[in-house]
This record gives sequence, C-alpha cells and structure tokens, in this order.
Amino acid sequence: MLYAPWWMPPNAAAHGYAVDTLMRWDVGAMVGCFVLAHGLLIWLLLRPRRSSTAPLTRSVELLPLLLLTALYIAMAISAERVWAHERFEGAAPAALRVEVVGQQFQWYFHYPGADATYGTSQPQLVNAALGNPLGLDPEDSHGADDIVASELVLPIGREVDLQLRSLDVIHGFFLPDMRLKQNAVPGQSLHVHFTPVHEGVYPVLCSQLCGLGHARMQARLRVVSASAYQGWLASRAPHHAEVAAQ
Amino acid sequence: MSEAHTVPGSSRSRVARIFASLFTTDHRTLGIRYLLLSLIAVAAGTLLSLAMRIQLAWPGIPFPRHGPMLPEEYLSLVTMHGTLMVFFVLTTAPQSGFASLVLPAQIGARRMALPWLNAAGFWIVALALVVLLSAFLLPAGGPISGWTSYPPLSAVPAAGPGQGAGMDVWLVSIGLFCIGSWLSAVNMLATIVGERVRGMTLGRMPLTVWSWMVSSLLILLAFTVLFAALVLLLCDRHIGTAFFIPRGDLVSGQIVGHGDGSPLLWLHLFWFFGHPEVYIAILPAMGLVSGLVANFSRRTIVGYPLMAATTVLIGLLGFLVWGHHMFVSGMNPYAGNAFALTTMAIAVPSTAKVFSWLGTLWGGGLHRTTPMLFALGFISFFIAGGVTGPILALPALDAYLHNTFFVVGHFHLIMAMAGGFAIFAGVYYWFPLMTGRLMNERLGRWHFWLSLVAAYGTFLPMHLEGLAGRPRHYYQLTGSTSSLASLMPMERGVTWAAFVLGTAQLIFLANLCWSSRHGRPAGENPWQATTLEWAAATPSEIFRGPYEYGAAAHDQAQNGAHKQDFTSQWESLREQE
Amino acid sequence: MPATFTRSVVDSDRKRKDPGFGGRPPLDRRPTGGGGGDENWENHSRGRGPRALLIRYRLGVFSALAGDLMFFMALVTAFFFRQSSGHFDPHGAYQLDWRALAMPPILYINTAILLLSSLTMEIARRQLFREVDVMEEWLGLGRPVARRVTPWLMATAILGVAFLIGQWMAWSDLAQQGLFFASNPSSHFFYLITGAHGAHLVLGVLGIFAALASLTLLRRLELRQIFVDCMAWYWHSMGLFWIFLFGMLVFCQ
Ligand code: HEA
Ligand code: HEA
Ligand code: CUA
Ligand SMILES: [Cu+2]
Repeated sequence: MLYAPWWMPPNAAAHGYAVDTLMRWDVGAMVGCFVLAHGLLIWLLLRPRRSSTAPLTRSVELLPLLLLTALYIAMAISAERVWAHERFEGAAPAALRVEVVGQQFQWYFHYPGADATYGTSQPQLVNAALGNPLGLDPEDSHGADDIVASELVLPIGREVDLQLRSLDVIHGFFLPDMRLKQNAVPGQSLHVHFTPVHEGVYPVLCSQLCGLGHARMQARLRVVSASAYQGWLASRAPHHAEVAAQ
Repeated sequence: MSEAHTVPGSSRSRVARIFASLFTTDHRTLGIRYLLLSLIAVAAGTLLSLAMRIQLAWPGIPFPRHGPMLPEEYLSLVTMHGTLMVFFVLTTAPQSGFASLVLPAQIGARRMALPWLNAAGFWIVALALVVLLSAFLLPAGGPISGWTSYPPLSAVPAAGPGQGAGMDVWLVSIGLFCIGSWLSAVNMLATIVGERVRGMTLGRMPLTVWSWMVSSLLILLAFTVLFAALVLLLCDRHIGTAFFIPRGDLVSGQIVGHGDGSPLLWLHLFWFFGHPEVYIAILPAMGLVSGLVANFSRRTIVGYPLMAATTVLIGLLGFLVWGHHMFVSGMNPYAGNAFALTTMAIAVPSTAKVFSWLGTLWGGGLHRTTPMLFALGFISFFIAGGVTGPILALPALDAYLHNTFFVVGHFHLIMAMAGGFAIFAGVYYWFPLMTGRLMNERLGRWHFWLSLVAAYGTFLPMHLEGLAGRPRHYYQLTGSTSSLASLMPMERGVTWAAFVLGTAQLIFLANLCWSSRHGRPAGENPWQATTLEWAAATPSEIFRGPYEYGAAAHDQAQNGAHKQDFTSQWESLREQE
Repeated sequence: MPATFTRSVVDSDRKRKDPGFGGRPPLDRRPTGGGGGDENWENHSRGRGPRALLIRYRLGVFSALAGDLMFFMALVTAFFFRQSSGHFDPHGAYQLDWRALAMPPILYINTAILLLSSLTMEIARRQLFREVDVMEEWLGLGRPVARRVTPWLMATAILGVAFLIGQWMAWSDLAQQGLFFASNPSSHFFYLITGAHGAHLVLGVLGIFAALASLTLLRRLELRQIFVDCMAWYWHSMGLFWIFLFGMLVFCQ
C-alpha cells in the first residue's frame, strides 16, 4: 500500500487514534515554534542595522519562556495519559495470546493452540532445520497443539496480548500501522497489547540494530475476519502436531 | 605552530628542541593540535557518511575497486561514523580544542593549572583515534553494533562479523578516550577554579568559561561511568563473566549465556553517560555562541546570570534524563513517565537560552560577519533540532518514533549541524589567535549559505522518513513490504543534499589553507571584543563583566567622551588611577 | 610570525625564569586545609605563591578523585542491579543465580593495615608543614623536613605492600575454594572491585616511592611538599573507598 511519505501510515489500531491526535497537535505546536522563531531570526537578519537600544524589560523576556513552559507541561500531561492507557495495565483476560520471538534474523509467532497454554521451550532444543525453531519441548503436552508461524495473523477487532522474547540479541518489534514498538530483550519476556481495527496486510519491522540482517528482519501482519482467522488456525494446527510428535 | 614555543637563540641541541616542541605543554599549541585532530576525524567521518548515503540512495551500486557494499560493511560505516563524530569531533574540538586555545587567556592566566595533564590527554586521545581507525584494517572489518553498542550483540563475538577483534578495538579506543578526556577535564577544572586573575569573579567569567567548567564536571562524572561499563563488557567478552548476557542466550547455534546477566544494565550505564555526553558536546558551543551574539550585535547578553544558571542547570538535569532513550527498551513504563517529566524540565533552560539569544539580537545592531553568520546558523539548527526534542520526550510518541530517522534527523540538526556550525564559528572567530590572520570573508559566506541550505535539505526530510516509519541502521529499504521502498525518491534527495553539504566543506578547507598564509593580518582585537583573549598582554587585574558593549558600555564608562562602543574587561575605570 | 606568538614565546620563557612563586617560604598556615581550595573561589590573587601552587595541585587531585569515585559508584550500581536479576525456571519460579560470598577473614586484617597506613601517611603529611623545619630547610640549613617525613612514608609504603599481599592471599584463598572470577556474579564483583581497588593501590605505592625519591631529587622544597601532600590525599581517599566497598561486600551479599 503506497502512501505519501510525509506522515505516519494510516492508523489501524484502536489505541492509535489517540496517538495520532497527540502527534498532530504536538508536531503542529513545535513546527509553529520553529516557524515563529525563524520568522523572527530572518527579520532580525534582514532589518537595517541600528545601534543597540536599551534592554527589553524583564516581563517581555520572561513571558515567552513561561508560555513555552506551559506548552511543555500541557504536552507532557496529555501524553502521559495516552502512555498510561497503552502500557500501565495489561490486556484483558479475554485477549488473544501470541508469543513473538525474535532471532537473528526473523520473527516467529507462537500461538498457544487449542489448550490456550504455550508449550515450554528450551534453547538447547532449538533446531530450525527440524522445524522446531523455538526449541519447544516434545515432552511437554501443552506444546503438542502449538502453532509456530512466520507471519502474524490476527482476527479483526479482538484485543491481542503479545508476549515478546528474543533468543539471541535485542530486537525491536515494530508495527508502524499499529503505532506499536517494543524491544524484544533476551532473558526477559515483555507484554504489549493492542486491538487491530482494520483488515489488511501490514509490515512487521525490526527497529533495533541486531546484526547484519537487521534490515531484512521483516515479517507480515495479516489482520483478517474472525472466520478467516479460525480457518487459518485449522489449516495450521495439524501440520504442527506431527512436528512436535517427532 | 610548535616551533613558536621554543625560545630563539636557546643553546639546546636541535634534537632536544624538536623533542621539546613535539611534547610541548604550551596550551595554545595543544589547542591547535586538538583542532587538527578533530579536523582529521571529521573528514574521515564525513567520507564514511557519504559512502553510507550512496548505498542508501542506490542500493547495491558497486563501489570502485570494492564492489557492492555488504550489509555488515554498511553497519560498520554507521558505527565508525557515529563514534568518530561524537567522540573525536564534538567532544574534542569545542571542549579540549577551544578551551586549550583560549581558556587561560580568557580568565587572565598565563598557563593551565596542570599543563602536562593537558598534553598527556592530547596524546592519549590521539592514540585512541589511531586505534579506532585501525579497525578498518581488520580482516573481519569494524564493529557493527552502532555507537551505543548494545549487548548481547556487542558482548558475543559470534553475533556478527566485526564483533570479534573489531569490537575489542572499539572498546579499547573508547577506553583510552575516556582516560584522555578525563585527564584534560581535571586540568580544565583546576584551571578555572584556581587560576583566575584578580577581579575575575564567577559573575565576571565569560559564558564560554562557565560552559567549559560545567562540561569538565560532566566529563569527570560521566566518562568514568562509561569506563566502568567498558570494563564490565570486556570481562563479559574475555573472562566469561555474565554481566550483560542472559541465561540460555543462543547466538548462531551456540548457547553463550550461563548467568542471569541483563542487557538493560548496559543500557542504563551507557545512557547515564550518553545523555550528559551530548550536553558536553553542546554546552561549549552555547557559551561560544552567546559571546559571539553579544560581540556582533554590540550589546550585552540578555540576562547573563540566567545564562550562567541555565548552563549549570542543564548540566545537573542532564544526569536525570537518560531513561528517555529507553522508553521501549523493556524499562518499566512508570519510569518512562518520570523520565519524560525530567526531560521536559531540561527543555526549559534550553529554551531560556534560545530566548536570551533572540533577545540580545533584538536589542542590538547585527553585524553580518562570518563568525556571526555561523552563530546564527547554530541558533537556527538548535531550534530546528530542539523542537523535536519535546516530541521524542513523550513515551506515547517515542514509542512510534524511537529508532526511526525522526531521531536521526533530530540529533543531526541539534548535534551535528548546530555543534558543527558552532565549531566553524569558533574557528572563524579565533583564527587570529592561531595564525594572527583573519579568514577570508567571501569564502566564509559561501561556505555558510551553502552548508545551511544543504544541511536543511539533508536532515529535514529525515524527519518525514521517520514519521513514515523508516527505521535506523537499514542498509537498504527493500523487504517483504513495499512501505519503505516508497521512500526511495526521498532517500535520493537526501543523498544529493548530503553531497552538496560535504562539498561545501571543501570551501572551508580551502579558506583554511589560503588564509593561514595570505589572510588579512588581524592586528589587535580585530572584532573589537571585550574578553581577555584579545588583550595585548595578560593583565594583572580586571575590573568588569565580560560583555560590556553598546549602550551598557556607555553607562559603564565613567567619562562621557568614550569613543568606542565597548569596554574591555581589562580596561580600568577612571577612579582607579 | 604573527603577533600572538611573540606573546606565547614571552610566556614560555617567563615560565623558565620565574617559577611562579612570590619567593615566599612554603608554609601552609592551615595544615589540614585540604578541601579542594574552595576558600579561593572569589577573586583570589593569580596563581602565585607556594600556597596557591599547593591548592592548584590539590584541586587537581580532588577533581580526579571525584571522577574515580563515579567509576566505583558505577560498579556498585552494577553490583546491586546484578544481584537482583534472575530468571524463570521451567516451573515458572523466579530463580536468582547470586550466591552470597563469604569474605575471606584475612580481609579484616588487611582493612586494619590500610587504616594504619592512612594514619602513618597523615603523620608524614603533617611533618611537611612544621614551621620551624620548613624555614630551616627553606633557608638551606639542612633537610629536617625530608628527615622527618621519610620514615613515615617508608612505613606507609610497607603497610601498603602488606595490604596488597593480603589481598592476594584473599584471592588465592577463594581460588582454593574453587571460586574464580567467572564462577558466580558475587565472585565477578569481588574480584572486579578488589582488583580495581588493588590497581589503584599499586599506583599509590609506586607514587609513594616516587615521593620518597622526590624528597632528595626535587630541587624546590614546595614541590617536595606538594608531591607528598597530594600522595597523602590520594592514599586517604583509597582508604575511604576501601572501607565503603568492603562494607558493601560484607553486608550486602
Ligand atoms: C557530530 C556528529 C555527527 C555529524 C557531524 C554527522 C554528519 C553527517 N551524518 Fe551522521 N550520525 C551521527 C553523528 C553525526 N553525523 C551519529 C551519532 C549517528 C548514529 C550512529 C549510530 O547509529 O550508531 C549518525 C548516523 C548517521 C546516519 C544514519 C545511518 C543509519 O542509521 O542507517 C546517516 C544517514 O544518512 C548519517 C549521515 C550524516 C551526513 C550525511 C552527515 C553530513 O552532515 C556530513 C557533513 C559534514 C559536515 C557538515 C562537517 C561538520 C563540521 C563539524 C562537525 C566541525 C568541523 C571540525 C573542525 C572545523 C575542527 N549519519
Ligand atoms: C548535542 C546533542 C543533543 C542535544 C542538545 C539534544 C537535546 C534534546 N534531546 Fe536529544 N538526542 C541526541 C543529541 C542531543 N539531543 C542524540 C545524539 C540522540 C540519539 C542517540 C542515539 O540513539 O543514537 C538523541 C535522542 C533523543 C531522544 C531519544 C529518542 C529515541 O531514541 O527514541 C530524546 C527523547 O526524549 C531526546 C530528547 C531531547 C530533548 C528534549 C532535548 C532538549 O534539550 C532540546 C531543548 C531545545 C528546545 C526545546 C528548543 C527551544 C527553542 C524553541 C522551542 C523555539 C521557541 C522560540 C519561539 C517560539 C520564538 N533526544
Ligand atoms: Cu532484529 Cu534488528
Ligand atoms: Cu538524551
């Protein structure tokens, strides 16, 4: 999808509207400051030279500073709201759960399957060649119905609770269209949640320098209708069962 | 420059004299050497950046006698570019360079407090530069983990080409740089505190001196922390400790993590250094620009006490904002809000400085000399790059903008271009102190206007790319999605602008070479300045504040018939004779 | 040659002729006035006179030590950060991999030795400024100052070496128990901190020997005083750092 590259791509997440409004206001305000200041600078540069005058009165100097301080405070408060709403409390219990695992240099998406619990995984067992890129433990029955995909498929309108991990180095999980970015840090598992509200295919990028394949570390997010999502799950489930079996 | 140091007709043997002039502790000579060192560094860094731009505009284009650029080569270019520019240009030239050149004179001291520390600092920094550049000669190439070197990528040699020997070289070089700048900072601080001439009270110090004092403090407190972090990282790499590498960390098929190290520890340590570092880079520039603005609008600084106070305040607050680089790094989101507040707080003193400059310009009659033009350029870039700061400071927005080219645009405007223009202003302004000649004005104007336009042409579009979601450290914009490929036209535009920008610097080099020989002799106090570095001889006492120009000067001058519109610090009042 | 350089020439050979002291005897009227010379913030006379020179060097030492303190503070921060970081075992329980490290008992003896050395160092430092001797030595009637200072410096150096040997024994003691640098986070930090501090003390001991040499080699009394005085302040700070670090290693395992 092509768009004019001078603004963010169209928002496709529920929380994104607040972000976009905020971005519009703040960028607008700061561009305003920039233009004002430069108008002033250019005028000062071009006006005929005169010998220096008596200093301005204090109020004239302090007033703009107070105004800008007020602006900064306003920006901070309005933004803290949005941030708190996005990050402070976790996803609703009903949210769909997917584990996102970064590895040099691809993203894996790990669905818990029918039993809604992730199979445990161990780094020793990681073996992409044998179709077990995340090192799922065959002993663990929870893992039997898990799905490991290389694209993220989500049903529209349902909140999703992503659990981010990394196997090797720090990666950056970046969904521009969902206004979402969170690093995947090895040794930590971090949660982010959002609700896609537009069907479509969106880029999944890596935003944290992670090695020579950093730029190639891209995947796809497909937001589909609920029924299509169920269909996709069904199509993937059996295939994985026998992988876990061997 | 150095032979100037040796005394004509001294009976020492030639060898001894050469040796003495090589390891001289004369601060003026060292200042010039520091500047030459960062000139070399900036030339190298610029060439690297242009190579990067070519690759970004025409991915896979073969380079002469090398072929297409590999991704790891691109990344090592970025890393070396950033390291060279931040450490060896913007930390070296304005702080060690200009301070060595004029600091003693400006406070009326004959010499630095501990000159040999200054000299030692220079040689260590020079060694560090050589070590860093030697990374290019390594078979596996230079380090690829960026100037921030996040582990485990930087802690595990197997994590990528250049992360073995290349990374070690980087760590050693930066370690040396820490020690070198630490030594010279000790000397600066001792000089400013202990060497001021009688009458040079705190309230009469030029703002440059205030900035150098605060920056030296920041160096003392920040670089030592970086040094500790480097030691920890080297232990992880070579002694098998687990400070930064988490358990079960699996790099290229090998399990390398055997303890519960945490990469976040590095982020905290690095940015606790990293943010003060960027203010170390800009504070001297601010002081210098304040002086120039007063000098060339023939008017006292608006609110000198405020300017001094904001300098100190920025220095202090600079230690409380590091988390704004880590909003989405896995740091607690509540901490994110706290750091957003401190960051907004630090924007206020910076804004106060901007208004003081604008106010001074407003009140004064502006002389369009080359140094003044570059000072104005600094103000313009500082505003342009600064206004994006408060946007990045908001976690909600930074969660989209982090590690996009919006950030790259931000810091190139406010650090690269503002800082660079301040250095240029300083060179044009203090050139007489180095060579006794003035630099060519016409060439200077060309250099200024070309650089100004080209710089905006290069770095403004980067903000738009960032808004469009274009991440940093991408060696090309192709991939599974077309969203980034649609940015290619803009990439090309940026590259062309960057070329104009780079070429414009040749004018500066030409001017430098030409003027040092054939420039107009400067004579005494060519800019009719008031600060002590322009005094014919070091005075034994000073009598007034640093910026008494224009109206203020008339008030101060006791006799009505005061011809010049300025009163130098070393001019005594009538009553005192 | 440009005007400015003639000036720098003047500077440099004035440097040679006039050492920059007003030819006054190097008496320190405040024997313990170490505090980084805050007293001469406001317009003091330009850096002339032995007192000012002393202050200048002390300033250097103290600001350098401020930076050094930050280095150790960074290690301390890492210590606590690392102590609290663990991982989830397969059963979802949070496991810390930090194993508390019992300090080798000899460290307490070392600490005592270091404190003692600080005492001898301070005595040596005080000897520097006893007015009678200074006047006598300054007038060239023998070297009472050097004579009084030397034994105490010797003692300090010996105690310093003893401390270092003690540290080494502590290390080998741990090594006996199979605790090496890489064994456990707690041992990482033990070796790192004691190592870094030990390196500082090695420098310190070398510095003291240099100071001893300076007592006979340096021609100007005030320079001898400065050398010893600065070494003393460095040595005291290393003592303080050690108390702090050792306390942390003992009580914060
Ligand atoms: C001082 C800092 C500085 C300077 C001057 C520059 C100058 C330039 N930079 Fe640099 N850049 C960085 C600091 C700087 N950069 C940093 C820190 C990074 C991040 C690295 C990382 O991610 O690890 C970066 C990354 C970076 C990228 C991002 C790469 C990526 O993430 O994919 C790009 C891409 O276009 C780029 C381009 C340029 C260009 C075209 C210039 C041109 O403007 C060059 C033109 C040169 C001049 C206009 C000269 C300026 C003059 C001086 C600085 C003073 C001169 C000195 C004396 C007179 C003594 N830089
Ligand atoms: C000299 C260097 C320098 C300076 C001075 C600044 C100044 C500021 N920086 Fe910048 N910053 C960097 C260098 C610098 N920065 C670098 C190198 C990075 C990237 C590091 C990396 O990741 O590689 C970075 C990254 C960076 C980030 C992290 C972005 C990210 O990675 O996600 C943030 C976030 O808060 C930030 C904020 C700020 C703020 C709030 C200021 C404030 O101090 C700005 C204050 C100035 C103003 C606010 C302008 C005031 C003027 C006006 C408002 C005009 C008004 C006039 C009229 C209306 C007439 N910076
Ligand atoms: Cu993964 Cu960048
Ligand atoms: Cu910052």
